Amino acid sequence: MKIYIPTPLRQYASKQDAVDVHASTVGDALSKLTSTHPDLKRHLYTDDGKLRAFVNLYLNDEDVRYLSDKENTSVKEGDHLSIIPSIAGGTEQVLLHRITRSGSPGSAAVAVDGASWPDHPIHERN
Amino acid sequence: MLKITQPEYDAIRHHGEETYPYECCGVLLGSLDGETRNVTKTVRCGNTRSDSPHNRYHIAPQELVRVQRQAREAGLEIVGFYHSHPDHPPRWSQTDLAEAHWIGCSYVITSIESGQARITNSFELAGETEENKHFADEAVNVVAETAAIANESTG
Repeated sequence: MKIYIPTPLRQYASKQDAVDVHASTVGDALSKLTSTHPDLKRHLYTDDGKLRAFVNLYLNDEDVRYLSDKENTSVKEGDHLSIIPSIAGGTEQVLLHRITRSGSPGSAAVAVDGASWPDHPIHERN
Repeated sequence: MLKITQPEYDAIRHHGEETYPYECCGVLLGSLDGETRNVTKTVRCGNTRSDSPHNRYHIAPQELVRVQRQAREAGLEIVGFYHSHPDHPPRWSQTDLAEAHWIGCSYVITSIESGQARITNSFELAGETEENKHFADEAVNVVAETAAIANESTG
């Protein structure tokens, strides 16, 4: 089977975008991947050996978390396993609004919103 | 540095205007050339954060799997992501940093002010691990067309 490596982790997998492994389960495939490319391990797993929360695993088009056998799910030749770190984010707009209205020091907004931006949003809310 | 074609640069700004007052999000596809991420195609994604779309975004991983497949088939790579900050500065937030995990990729943020795209900034997620990752300001170079990127990359 083939394991697809996301852009940021390729440097730890000999710069490959995909790695072929012979494995019986999803967990076995990951184990073989990290034994061949041990530097991947700390990027995929926490110190206590759990898969990092932001790492999504998709077996073909199925989220491994929702498969009944999860990482014990059997795999076969021709299957694809995708490693996909999550993409999310957002502003702290509600909190900024409260800070502005309460007249608290602007430094609180800097802590919320990144160090190099002025201590107020573009739009001061009334 | 982020190098992006004018049509794709315009497309991500228009996307933010269309979804205002909610955040838009999408993926930047292209190639890596040393420290430069060349963007030749952008892909719009849905924002799954229907509980708080005005100040949160999240791309369904299944959609990312699909985009990654499309990129592979087109000979492109995922080199970054974009989203908008409706009525909010075009700077990364602590939430953006905490939830950014694609180290070495660009995170582009466009401020949308009363429905109009204003400033578009880009930040490289620098560092080596989750523990020392950080955003670094990066220049955005908008070029006329894809050929300009290809020509500069090869010669």
